[in-house]
Formats: sequence, C-alpha cells, structure tokens
Amino acid sequence: MANIKELSTRREGLAPGHRLCGGCGAAIAVRQVLLSADPEKYDVVVGNATGCLEVSTSIFPYSSWNVPWVHNAFENAGATTSGVEAAFKALQRSGKIPADKKIKFVAFGGDGGTYDIGLQSLSGAMERGHDLVYVCYDNGAYMNTGIQRSSATPKGAWATTAEVGKCQLGKPQVRKDLTSIMAAHGIKYCAQTTVGHWTDLTKKAEKAIEVDGPAFLNILAPCPRGWRLASDMTAEICRLAVNSKFWPLFEIENGKWTLTPVREKNAVPLEDFLKPQGRFKHLFKPGSEALLQEMKDDVEAYWKYLEGRVEGSKDL
Amino acid sequence: MSKEAFSATGNQMVANAMRQVDPDVMAAYPITPQTTIVETYAKFVADGKVNTEFVTVESEHSAMSACIGAAAAGARVATATSSQGLAYMWEELPIAAGMRLPIVMANANRTISAPINIHCDHSDIMGVRDAGWIMFFAETAQEAYDNTVISFKVAEDPNVLLPVITALDGFTTTHAMERCVLEEDQTVKDFVGEYTPLYPLLDTDNPVSHGNFANIGNMYMRTKMAHRRAIEGAAEIIEKYGKEWAAIVGREFDLVDTWGTEDADYIIVTVGSCAGNARYAARLLREQGVKCGVVRPRVFRPFPGKQIAEACKNAKAIAILDRSDSMGACEGPVAMETKSALMDGGVTAPVTSYIVGLGGADITLDQMKQVYAELEQRAEAGKNSELIYLGIEE
Repeated sequence: MANIKELSTRREGLAPGHRLCGGCGAAIAVRQVLLSADPEKYDVVVGNATGCLEVSTSIFPYSSWNVPWVHNAFENAGATTSGVEAAFKALQRSGKIPADKKIKFVAFGGDGGTYDIGLQSLSGAMERGHDLVYVCYDNGAYMNTGIQRSSATPKGAWATTAEVGKCQLGKPQVRKDLTSIMAAHGIKYCAQTTVGHWTDLTKKAEKAIEVDGPAFLNILAPCPRGWRLASDMTAEICRLAVNSKFWPLFEIENGKWTLTPVREKNAVPLEDFLKPQGRFKHLFKPGSEALLQEMKDDVEAYWKYLEGRVEGSKDL
Repeated sequence: MSKEAFSATGNQMVANAMRQVDPDVMAAYPITPQTTIVETYAKFVADGKVNTEFVTVESEHSAMSACIGAAAAGARVATATSSQGLAYMWEELPIAAGMRLPIVMANANRTISAPINIHCDHSDIMGVRDAGWIMFFAETAQEAYDNTVISFKVAEDPNVLLPVITALDGFTTTHAMERCVLEEDQTVKDFVGEYTPLYPLLDTDNPVSHGNFANIGNMYMRTKMAHRRAIEGAAEIIEKYGKEWAAIVGREFDLVDTWGTEDADYIIVTVGSCAGNARYAARLLREQGVKCGVVRPRVFRPFPGKQIAEACKNAKAIAILDRSDSMGACEGPVAMETKSALMDGGVTAPVTSYIVGLGGADITLDQMKQVYAELEQRAEAGKNSELIYLGIEE
C-alpha cells in the first residue's frame, strides 16, 4: 500500500479550480480514489453520472479532469463505463491498442445516481463482470437538485422531500444497504469507507483497482450544504459516523466479510454524529425521543447483522 | 458466402451486414421483432466469426448507454432494438447524437403500447425523429442490408459524425423471407474501411472530456446549430456513399425512390414496406390508363423534401400514407413533413393524409386502389381532404 508521501507525488486526476463547494466530500473521494491507482501500473479512464461532481467539474469549455472522462446521464454510469471497458477489450483484441497497455475504469456516481435511478445499470455492469470500479460518493440525498431524499438518506433526516412538520419527522424509512446488495452480486471486492479515513479509503481503493473484474466502493462523502454542517467538519463528521457505528467500515473480499471494530476509547453515542448536523436538529426537540431510539436500534441491528456476515464467512 | 441470391429474412440480412462490418462493440437487448438480429449475432460471437465485444446488457437504456461509452472510447459500435425498447432508450438517443457518436442501430419498426401489440407500424421510430439521428427506412430485406452497410460509412464520415438508425418494418421485413444477395465479406469490409475515431477516451496520453456541461451563454445553442448543419450536410454524403455502394453491388440508391412520377397524375407518398403494395396497385391501374406513381423516401432524416417536391411537381393529387399518427396534430409525421416540403417546392396539388396499418393492420391492394380512386375525386374537387384512417369505419 502506498504511504501518504508516495500518494502525494502521484498524478492528480482532478485539477483544482473545479466548482464543488468547500468541504465537499465528493472531490475528496475522487482525489483519493484516483491517487490509489498506481500510475506506474495503470492509466485510468473515468465515467461519471450526472450530479454535483459532474456539473462542477466539466463546465464547457473547461474541464477539471486530467484523465479521460465521460459523462452520459444520471442513471447510467455503470452501463456507460461498461461500454468503455468493452471497447478497450475489443480494440486490444484486434491489435489497435497494444496488448501490454493497462487501463483501469472507474465510475463515479452520487447516491441518487447509484442507490436509486442508477441501480439497475450498476447491477447489470457488476453482473456482467466488467473490469471496472464503481465508486458511490454517498452524501445521503439528491444534493445537486437541492437536498431531496434518496434511499441513502438516513432515517429521521430532514430533506426537502422528507420534510419535518407536525405529521412527519423527516424521512420515515431506514436507508438502503447498498453495499450488501453489491456484495450479493458475488463480485470479488466490495467495501464501505469514508473520505475522513484516508488510509482506509486508499487501501480499499487500491484493492478495488487491483481486482480483475468488477469492484464497488461505497464512500461516505459529507455534503456540508445538505447536512447543514460547517464546511470544516467534513473529516470530523466522518469519524463520528464511524465511531457511532452509523457508518461501519467493512469490506467483502472474495466473499469474506471484514468489519473494522470501533475501539472502546473512540466509541461515541449516535447523538454525537447527529447533533452537529442541522438536518437532524428536530430529533433533539421534545416528541422525537421514540424516533431517536428507533434510529439507535437500527444502528445496533445493522452492526449485529454485519457481525453475522463476518462470522458466517470467516472460513472462506 | 457466394453472391448468389438466396432466401433470407430482413433480420438475417441486418445481422449479416453487421457481421461483415464486424463492429468492435455491440451492446443490445432482445425485443420482438428485433430478437433474431441479436440472437443471430450472439451465434456469430460464439462461433468466433466476429471480433466484437458483445455486451449483453440488462435493458435498452443500458444498451444505448454502453454504446455511447464504447463509441466515446473510440470503438465502432452497433446495436438493434424495437418499439418499447426504442422508447426506453429514448433519453439516450439525443445524447448519442449530441455527443456526435457514430453509432449504427437497426430498428425493427413496431408499434407502441397501449394497447400492447407486437406488430408493425412506425409509432416507435417516428417517436424518435427529432432525436438528431440520421434515419434510413428500408422497403425490403435487401435494402435493410444495403442501408446497414451504407450507414456505417455515413455515420463515421468526419463531416457527419452522427448516429444512424436503419429501420425495417417489423415482421413484414424483419421476418418474411425474400430473395436476397449477400455481398462478399471482403466487399463490405473494403467499403466501410477502418474506423479512425477523432477524440477517443482510450487515448490516455491525450485525455479528453466527453459529455461536458454546456450551461453558459449560448454554448448549448451553438452545438445544436453545428448539429443541424451536420445533418443537413449529411444528405449529400448519404447520396455519395449510397451511389458508391450501388455501383459496387448493382442495386440502385436514391434518397427518394420514385416510380412512375414523371407523368403521374396521382401519387402516393409513403415510407417502408407498404410502398410495394402502392407500386403494385399503381402498375395495375396504369394498365387501365390511370397514371399513378409512388414516392418513397429511403431516408427520413435528413428529410429529402426537395427531392419529394420535385417528384410530385406534376401530380394532380397526392396521398400521404403514414404508419403512425401524431395524436392531436393535423396529420401523421410523414404527411406533416411532406406537406411542408410541397409548399416550399411550390406544389399546389390537393393532398390527403391517410393513417394506415397501425399495429399490423393489413394494408391491402384494394386499399391502395381505393386511395388512388379517391385521389381522382380530390383532383376534381381541387382541395385538401381531412385525415382518413384507412380501412377503419367510424
């Protein structure tokens, strides 16, 4: 695994000057993933779903991308990037691209383009076995269009389509467990990480890129604007997400599940993750106690589920 | 393959044209009545007859998405679809065209739900007529083959760089056996030549961005004007390559196929397979001294309006047969475009719009004769008639 000194000397796939907000997790996710692809070994081609990342990095006649980049639409980064990869295979087979040239294909999509509208396209690409890494930068809502709920939005979070009022306290449903869904495709590598854990992220990204075949990374990428969070809190809120067990760090390598434990000294209550974020502020007003307890129970139940997966796959 | 005529369906001919071209990538999803194109191609792949990377996507939306990715990567790309599949990939069609990616797609023309129906009409294909693609309409299996070969040449021309739909009528042309000629593989390969993409993603030494956000000022509108210029200019290029191919294979090519129009009093204008019926009726009526003609655009985008108007200039009455309706508009799409072209061309003969053969309803010889008979009456009346659903009683 490359150390931070080595990473700092590698090519930057995403140039400064893009129009993403200060503190945006998406830009950090992209930089860290692309730094993880060893330039001595691979060239990288990027596919990008419509979303904040795309609109903020490709404003014609400019582009922030130092690597070949293609954007098609919202729901099809999986299919589009699989087409790019298919072209590479065919052109290499016909001798138009040298046999020793190595290109890795990385698709980026937000949770809207991945969990929701792009799920079918992603599932198809994973099932077909293309050599591509799909990276979801999960900021837990449709941030590009103004903080509408997605299936990745946490239960209890406010969103502009999951409002807080006398009849409803934010989103009523629990968030979808996309990482498990991707693992169920039987792909060789699948992991969950955050932009606040660079060693974990780059290690996992490097593994995902090394895999010959499809791999999936689900990266918690805070959106200060949508989370109603100070823009200097991006890394810290990721730490709190992990240490409160809201966002467990885990990976599935050839079917074997590994969960990064939360050290006792680091463990924090869920409230520590929720309180700095304005999207959860209604949870700390009278009348929300039951919902808050439900959310805590969900977190515990999910952690137990993951422990079960670890136990069930330990002999693989 | 020898050049001897043999029996084949339109879908077999299209699949074979694609095999001979051997595109780098085909991403396709099966749908009636296109299915046998994909199945036949899958067998070519399994038998090692092509180098194509065959991407068996989970939907038509992903089919066109993967085609776009592959074409942006620098590959020669083909696909095929029909009906609901074409509708499902609609979103991707203007993207393929707007990104100027030379993808070739066969469409087995089939109607659109509801009610669900698997038979031929042009409701699917006409629903994408403004997507910015070049559109060929075949009358026969042979023409579907020739159009497919020509399409690659047209799409990839550096002055065009647009995707092409090569349409053939569902079942009538896709599944009916016809006497066809398959050219030698090498003849097709020599004609289409090697494809050299302009800005391939896979040229990693020269990174480019495809599909940028053109949201400032008039950047969007500028790209649209460039697109319009390219598709208008494509008419000449289609004709050039069509005629080149015609000279090699000995089968004629014109943007607009005309029959008997030099002296015809009564002309039917239509696209696709039903032109054969119209022509047969016209021939029978000519034996009785009624001067009938048929005008069939072989290319619908760019619309060959001048050629159509020229072919109709001596007519006393004109019927336009549409195999789809544009609900609530004055008439079907072929009629709309044709009337506009006739007006521009100064053709003032009365025009009648007919909607025919929706959802595979039979288009009979008697109906064609009826249309010509009605044209005689309209010529006398000297004015346009209201739209008629042919063969359906109120």
